[in-house]
Amino acid sequence: MAGQTSGGPRLVMSADDVRRAITRIGHEIVEHNHGVEGVVLVGLQRGGVWIAQQLQASIARIDAAAHEAAGPVEVPLGTLDVSFYRDDVGLRPIVPGSVTDIPVTLDGAHVVLVDDVLFTGRTVRAALDALNDHGRPHTVQLAVIVDRGHRELPIRPDYIGKNLPTSRHENVSVTVDGVELA
Amino acid sequence: MKHLLDIGHLGAAQIHHLLDLTDHMVEINQRPMPKVPALRGKTVVNLFFEDSTRTRTSFDTAARRLSADVMNFAVSSSSVNKGESLRDTIETITAMGVDAFVVRHASSGAPQQITKWTTASIVNAGDGWHQHPTQALLDCYTIRTRLGRTTGFDGLHIAIVGDIAHSRVARSNVQAFTALGARVTLVAPPTLLPADITGWPVAVSHHLDALIGEADVVYLLRMQRERMRDALVPSLREYTTLYGLTPARAARLQPHALVMHPGPMNRGVEMAVDPAELPGSTVLHQVTNGVAVRMAVLFELLGSGSEMTTDAVATAGTPETGTRS
Repeated sequence: MAGQTSGGPRLVMSADDVRRAITRIGHEIVEHNHGVEGVVLVGLQRGGVWIAQQLQASIARIDAAAHEAAGPVEVPLGTLDVSFYRDDVGLRPIVPGSVTDIPVTLDGAHVVLVDDVLFTGRTVRAALDALNDHGRPHTVQLAVIVDRGHRELPIRPDYIGKNLPTSRHENVSVTVDGVELA
Repeated sequence: MKHLLDIGHLGAAQIHHLLDLTDHMVEINQRPMPKVPALRGKTVVNLFFEDSTRTRTSFDTAARRLSADVMNFAVSSSSVNKGESLRDTIETITAMGVDAFVVRHASSGAPQQITKWTTASIVNAGDGWHQHPTQALLDCYTIRTRLGRTTGFDGLHIAIVGDIAHSRVARSNVQAFTALGARVTLVAPPTLLPADITGWPVAVSHHLDALIGEADVVYLLRMQRERMRDALVPSLREYTTLYGLTPARAARLQPHALVMHPGPMNRGVEMAVDPAELPGSTVLHQVTNGVAVRMAVLFELLGSGSEMTTDAVATAGTPETGTRS
């Protein structure tokens, strides 16, 4: 502990912790929606996309275990780029290749937005606007690996990997290798 | 990036950046409701001193799909007819509070001049024989997507055929194609080549038949009828025989080769086949991509923040070596 006063990056979740959090969130999604019917996972570009992919795989395993006969069910998976919906348009560069791709209609669906970190809530607000242009979901839920606080809008996550108290100027990075605070 | 005046001001990195951005716009345009709020509250003025249907409607559509407000300034019904100078027109409209002018003008350099009279961004939508940068960008985008050239045009051979001398499209496209690494050959009778092309990074040929079978892209320019009056070509029929895309020439195209045209086409002159029957025809693709490319340009000028601007300025300083991380 004494060695961590220098302010270098600090590992707050290991790779295994992240993997387990994703598995648990998968279970919570299935539980909360009484199955997977109508559930559509939408990863926010770019940090949420790989997490949404792993959630999809995790839910397929859970569901396969529940209905052995039917085999694994693929929950539809989309990606959403909210750059053009931000209230601070342009403060973040548009990333090449991070294009929106919603493969199914969202009318009546239970959409689970997936992102790596929930901070001010402005990305999620933009995502809600962007979803509007792709249909009218029945419900929209939010899954994040890290909730770091400092919300500026009335938005809260439905599924959380870890609540992580941070100061505003700290940086949280979420990868398959774990969560680092710097 | 504050203005888009001249393709030559952009390096390969910036062209790639705008084309990457165009991918996002293409996705928006494919939606059931193709509109995003990115430029809400921005005002774009279309200022066309020269006739144009496709470019003006294309910019108009692009601005609206990004939720910008659009003013279409019709020169024919304006005070320009009462003798108002270009400068007064610009200063008057600027005073109403606008964010961008899209300018088409018959005089080369007019958009550049306008930048001195306004704080708004200027997009050159064609000036004289000088530049038509968004046409060059949309043509690059069309080639990039149709031939799968996301990283550059290295090894591509592009033949630009027709009236090079009087063509702003040819000038901007030569710059854009070569910046991305393509080999460009201009194909035209000597009378339709610019008086001096020293310094242009191109080859010149007077024989379309010699390279029709090896070009990856055949880019036809419009043969303007007024060139006949200037006696630059003996007759349109002779022009077609020597430089038009005839059925015999179309049959010799490589299977993957693209046939491009900036429009409006003269059927039976430079386009002596039905483009709908050419597998490699991109004419309507070009129009569709035009909207997406112009959305990317307007977003880059008006919607992107400081981060991108400094990056763009830094890249503009060293156009050949600039890379985007």
